[in-house]
Amino acid sequence: MSLAKRVIPCLDVTHGRVVKGVNFVGLRDAGDPVEIAHRYDDQGADELTFLDITASSDDRDMILHIIEAVAAQVFIPLTVGGGVRKVDDVRRLLNAGADKVSINTSAVQNPQLVADASGRYGAQCIVVAIDAKRVDPKGNAKRVDPQAGGEPRWEVYTHGGRNPTGLDAIEWARRMQMLGAGEILLTSMDRDGTKSGFDLALTRAVADAVDVPVIASGGVGNLEHLAAGILDGRADAVLAASIFHYGEYSVRQAKELMASRGIEVRL
Amino acid sequence: MTSIAVIDYGMGNLRSVSKALEHVAPDAQVRVTSDPALVREADRVVFPGQGAMPDCMREMDARGLRPAVLEAARSKPFLGICIGLQMLFERSEEGDTPGLGIFPGQVRRFPPEAMKDALGAKLKVPHMGWNEVMQTEAHVLWRGIADANRYYFVHSFYVEAGKPELVAGYSIYGFPFTCAVAQDNIFAVQFHPEKSQSAGLALLANFVTWKP
Repeated sequence: MSLAKRVIPCLDVTHGRVVKGVNFVGLRDAGDPVEIAHRYDDQGADELTFLDITASSDDRDMILHIIEAVAAQVFIPLTVGGGVRKVDDVRRLLNAGADKVSINTSAVQNPQLVADASGRYGAQCIVVAIDAKRVDPKGNAKRVDPQAGGEPRWEVYTHGGRNPTGLDAIEWARRMQMLGAGEILLTSMDRDGTKSGFDLALTRAVADAVDVPVIASGGVGNLEHLAAGILDGRADAVLAASIFHYGEYSVRQAKELMASRGIEVRL
Repeated sequence: MTSIAVIDYGMGNLRSVSKALEHVAPDAQVRVTSDPALVREADRVVFPGQGAMPDCMREMDARGLRPAVLEAARSKPFLGICIGLQMLFERSEEGDTPGLGIFPGQVRRFPPEAMKDALGAKLKVPHMGWNEVMQTEAHVLWRGIADANRYYFVHSFYVEAGKPELVAGYSIYGFPFTCAVAQDNIFAVQFHPEKSQSAGLALLANFVTWKP
């Protein structure tokens, strides 16, 4: 037995509360971040990811207080993302108690940020988040349909999934690894919030393309989806939000199901 | 009341280490410090480290901490964590950096050609996540902790101890590698006890009462 595949509940945070949207819009309140972090820790979560989706930069410091409070009580790895623009933002999050910092839009706008932050604090604490959306060969955005013919392609989007970049997701993942990303957090925008399962072709394509760990995200609706992300998507970790927030499933149930499918997990 | 110095040489977040120590030893005085005098004063010393070993060695020396670290490693309960384990050895392949040389041995990068699991699937580097720690000796710091318990790791380099009797635990990632060493008053681990939930807190609790 060796390294376990990880189950990571994700907490989208704004104005000090955990919220959950569908396809990046339409937010519902899901509770207090410290309370929820405690609950997931008790259930055996391997890590926690906090995404600060606060729109206004005035309220950014709130996430620091939340991370400080969680890190003083919950002794598992914490990843924090959202609004990270400068090496100094990385420093402040790490000092607040984050173990890893996730960079998304700013990695596209300023790839040097990934290199600088990784050079200063180590690749182990730099996660690059990639929001990817399937495109058809003509380049038009196409919804779902993983069975469509031809080589699938995915485009990187920024700003919470609003802005297309023209970048190919697989190429981008490789480039981010080269610049110093220690991990890739890969979200399918087609699947996010739909509960129809990960985009497994996307997950597998990126997981095979890079040597750093890949976290699959976006679309989990049941526990079999998590197992599929590992077995078919070849991800190193799976991330989900809503199936855990609303008490449909516990993290422990998720890991028990994965173990029953032959996946090595920490139970 | 025991006093614990967590040595701070400016390489990353030490809040988790100090909070975890406070959690298991509410009566202890836990100080995150870069002051050699406070390291000398403390009853126990925790020597963490994150990032790249060349930077860690440089920043430690820039703060004049080397003599205090060497003295603590000779004289009082001393816990190395992550790069704090690697720095105890002679040399690291990371930037071809000399370490403190307290223990014989080298720090090596996980070699790409060896990074395959039993089924031939690619193993990612960094080695990131929860892996089993096999205990190779009955040490006080393992007290109450089941053999093969999982701890949280995140690293791309591992130590190759120059003498087998140093090894207190190993893990398997492509091949077995040393993840814990012990000698006299020193215990040092590659994983992060401060991030390893109850198993990690148990190890820290054993450290704060350890009388080597």
